[in-house]
Amino acid sequence: MSATEVAFAPVSDDPAGAVTEAPRFLRRLLRKPIAVACLAYLAVVVGVAIVAPFVLPDVAGEQAGDLLAVRQGPSWNHLLGTDTLGRDVLDRLLVGSRVTMVGVAEALFVVLALGVPLGLAAGFFGGRVDRVVGWLADLAFSMPAIIIILVVLSVFPQSMLAGMVTLGVLAAPGLMRVVRSATLPVREELYIAAARVSGLSRTYIIGRHVLPRIAGAVIVQASLLSAAALLVQSGLAFLNLLVAPPAPSWGGMIADAATAIVLQPWLIWPPGVAIALTILAFGLLGDAVRDATTERWSAPVRRKKQRRAPSAASAAVRETTHAQALLSIDGLTVAFPSPAGRIRVIEDVSFQIGAGETVGLVGESGCGKTVTAMAILGLVPGNGEIEAGRVVFDSRELVGLAERELSRVRGKEIALISQEPMISLNPVFRIGWQLAEAVQRHHGVSRRAARARARELLRQVRLPQPEIVARRYPHQLSGGMAQRVAIARALAGEPRLLIADEPTTALDVTVQAEILDLLRELQREQKMAILLVTHDWGVVADICDRAVVMYAGQIVERAASLPIFRQPLHPYTEALLASNPQHAPEDRLLPTIPGMVPKPGVWPTGCHFHPRCTYATAACRQRPILLEQPAADRETRCIHYDRLLATR
Amino acid sequence: MVFQVGSGSTAGPGAASRRAGPAAVGGVLELLRHPLLHVVVRRLLLAVPLLFVVSALSFVLVSLTPGDAAHEILGANAPPSAYDNLRHELGLDLPLYEQYSRWIRHAVSGDLGASLFTGEKVTHAIDARLPVTLSLIGLSLAIVFVVGVGLGVLSAVRGGAVGRFVDALSLIGFALPTFWLGLILIVVFAVNLRWFPAVGYVPLAESPSKWIRSLFLPVLALGIHSLAGIAKQTREAMLDALASEYVRMARANGVSARSILFRHALKNAAIRVVTVLGVLTVSLLGGTVIVETVFALPGLGGLAVSNKIQHDLPMVQGIAVYFSVIVVVVNLVVDVAYTWLDPRVRTH
Repeated sequence: MSATEVAFAPVSDDPAGAVTEAPRFLRRLLRKPIAVACLAYLAVVVGVAIVAPFVLPDVAGEQAGDLLAVRQGPSWNHLLGTDTLGRDVLDRLLVGSRVTMVGVAEALFVVLALGVPLGLAAGFFGGRVDRVVGWLADLAFSMPAIIIILVVLSVFPQSMLAGMVTLGVLAAPGLMRVVRSATLPVREELYIAAARVSGLSRTYIIGRHVLPRIAGAVIVQASLLSAAALLVQSGLAFLNLLVAPPAPSWGGMIADAATAIVLQPWLIWPPGVAIALTILAFGLLGDAVRDATTERWSAPVRRKKQRRAPSAASAAVRETTHAQALLSIDGLTVAFPSPAGRIRVIEDVSFQIGAGETVGLVGESGCGKTVTAMAILGLVPGNGEIEAGRVVFDSRELVGLAERELSRVRGKEIALISQEPMISLNPVFRIGWQLAEAVQRHHGVSRRAARARARELLRQVRLPQPEIVARRYPHQLSGGMAQRVAIARALAGEPRLLIADEPTTALDVTVQAEILDLLRELQREQKMAILLVTHDWGVVADICDRAVVMYAGQIVERAASLPIFRQPLHPYTEALLASNPQHAPEDRLLPTIPGMVPKPGVWPTGCHFHPRCTYATAACRQRPILLEQPAADRETRCIHYDRLLATR
Repeated sequence: MVFQVGSGSTAGPGAASRRAGPAAVGGVLELLRHPLLHVVVRRLLLAVPLLFVVSALSFVLVSLTPGDAAHEILGANAPPSAYDNLRHELGLDLPLYEQYSRWIRHAVSGDLGASLFTGEKVTHAIDARLPVTLSLIGLSLAIVFVVGVGLGVLSAVRGGAVGRFVDALSLIGFALPTFWLGLILIVVFAVNLRWFPAVGYVPLAESPSKWIRSLFLPVLALGIHSLAGIAKQTREAMLDALASEYVRMARANGVSARSILFRHALKNAAIRVVTVLGVLTVSLLGGTVIVETVFALPGLGGLAVSNKIQHDLPMVQGIAVYFSVIVVVVNLVVDVAYTWLDPRVRTH
């Protein structure tokens, strides 16, 4: 019975029911063999519960059977044997299903009758109603349910109705919470608001629009509650508190079997198996309904051990081109497994970053900028893999390096800051602790020295009152402060390359400028290279020496920043620059690029950009376009760059 | 659970004391503003109506049913005068609210009355049985927590076989009723293998080894469901934490794998596990009723369902109050624990 309260606590506050359309939902449910099996089994049990007492009318009142044949094992006369008073176990099991299922039905009815309306009211009306209902739920949750039921049963001895109704009342708050949290989002939806405005009555709106949407969640809960009610019913029957003998019940049969457990252990099995199977059927049915109502089209993929493709070319690093490069990426290709086969998200990405240089990695979202940045650190998200290519940092190949080795590169040689400073720090540790941990990891100093260094780092990122900030938790910081802290952590290892993934996107405009200033100053002080991932040309113009433009997994243009601004040599770069608000004339509509970045896996053949390109010709669609070098230190993946030149 | 506990002050840590003026007053104010105190006060405020409802319930129910305790004690054939005398003696002739306020007055001073049938003081009868129940719950909790969290972390990191084991365990814990599981354990380990005693209890003071042996099977029967629950909860929380942005960023900045697992992820996961632990303890408490009956342990739960007290309201009520107090204490500990673990609750 220990399952009672647990099962009754809402399994999750997350409403299971997303959009459910009844016929599609049923079809989806019936496609699951396990759901069909559970439904069939439960139908049989309910059928037996209805029919058996009529077919076997004498069993319920039978005080004793054949006293010369007590505690027998299974035989042809008694398929499941006889009990301690010589009665047929199978007969009692069949007839006993009635009282068991009636008990479940009683509790379930009360739970639904209380939980659904109260939950709907709390979710739909909110405010005071919600608070009162919430308080009642808190109260009910902190009650020892079983004891309350025992108190009730001590006043109404062997009244199953009283026991199961009490159980229903105590379990109702669990369902209520689920209904409430399922109702909340529905209430906010436009069509509900529209229905309200158009003067439809609340009961009509709830009945017609809200109920169908939460039905999935309620069915899931009802199924799980049935399992729990059965557990309690059989437990109380086992304690002989619900059903007066000689009437059979599954729990009572186990109690009877317990008295003869040494002489005939067999007797505990038939009723026990019946109870366990029925509970299991209710529970699995609930799971199946939940799966059918939520769109879980992707099963959680367990993260594989990252296998690294050995670098494609085993030849030594091409010394000529990489001589001064701090970081050199060559032919980097990352792919993700999918049901349809491997899907490449970046393809043949190559660029270099010199020591102390700032390089902007530019493009719309979904072009593969972040994947590229993370792949440098050997942290391809999810279960993606580096399929080919090399990442050489300071003459050292990083692709294929063991995790242990890589973790020494991360933070110490190459550090990362992200676009979500607020969630990039661990919420349960103090700022000072998190910085000190990084310092200790990279420099192996004492705790005390690390803490002092942490405060120094905070000063270095221009945070006033570092002592106070060090004692704070992340949620006590503003976005700008949090980004400064994140930068401080990145500086802890004194890295030679900082990867900044959209470091200012989530921040206010004024704070953005401050953070960029800070990065620029730090770079000057520390002689550190920066790879700045951004979609903002203003940022590129502000601090980047060179820009690498990415589109749909490929690099489309590479050059120093200034020449790119003066004369883009790829239509995508040109279009991006034209749609940048900072450079657009004020009296005209901002030009936009028609269409969207194609998703990985559906990249067009030929030039990835040709469907959205105004320069596109037949040649663009036929074969992959290679990077061309129209001038010294200029590269573009466009065969029409001369036409771009002509338009200027 | 309500997570907003702070008083709404967004001022820095030093602000409160600066504003408070004289040091002594400031100290008290500081203490009153402490979020932990908020949590404790809130939980205690909820405990008052809880104890009120639980204790009033039986009084109300009695008034709904025909007959009274005097009938029960004397039987149907007693002379009316004896019946009236007993009614007066037991205070049953008073109006219901009078009876209840009398019970409350005594209860507040620690007197829960005496059994209607044996005359034994309720507190005395319960205190004698409390150690059994507390040993059962304490031992179960310790095992559930240690093994459950261990399995959860292991299955989050390794998945595979450990994960399937946890899944199987939770299926067993879900489907097998405690009383049936208990009987199966008795058949296998006590009757057939004779590794453990089938029934009975040996106090810790008498023999620690026998104490453990007498509680081994009951703890197993009682705890398996909770253990699976904790393991699953821990696994989910760990997987969530390991997939979070702060772990990604910590890893990207070179924090060691061990620290990510046992500090960064585990402390975040612990918050969720601790809140579940409260619900599980309450359910363990309910489970003792069954387990103590199956294994014939002389504890509080067994007493609650023994037919000796079927109509003995002071006893039933006393047990209900004890159980409620245990629940209140457990919830209090849980609240304090997650307030301590989660700075978002602690510092607002």
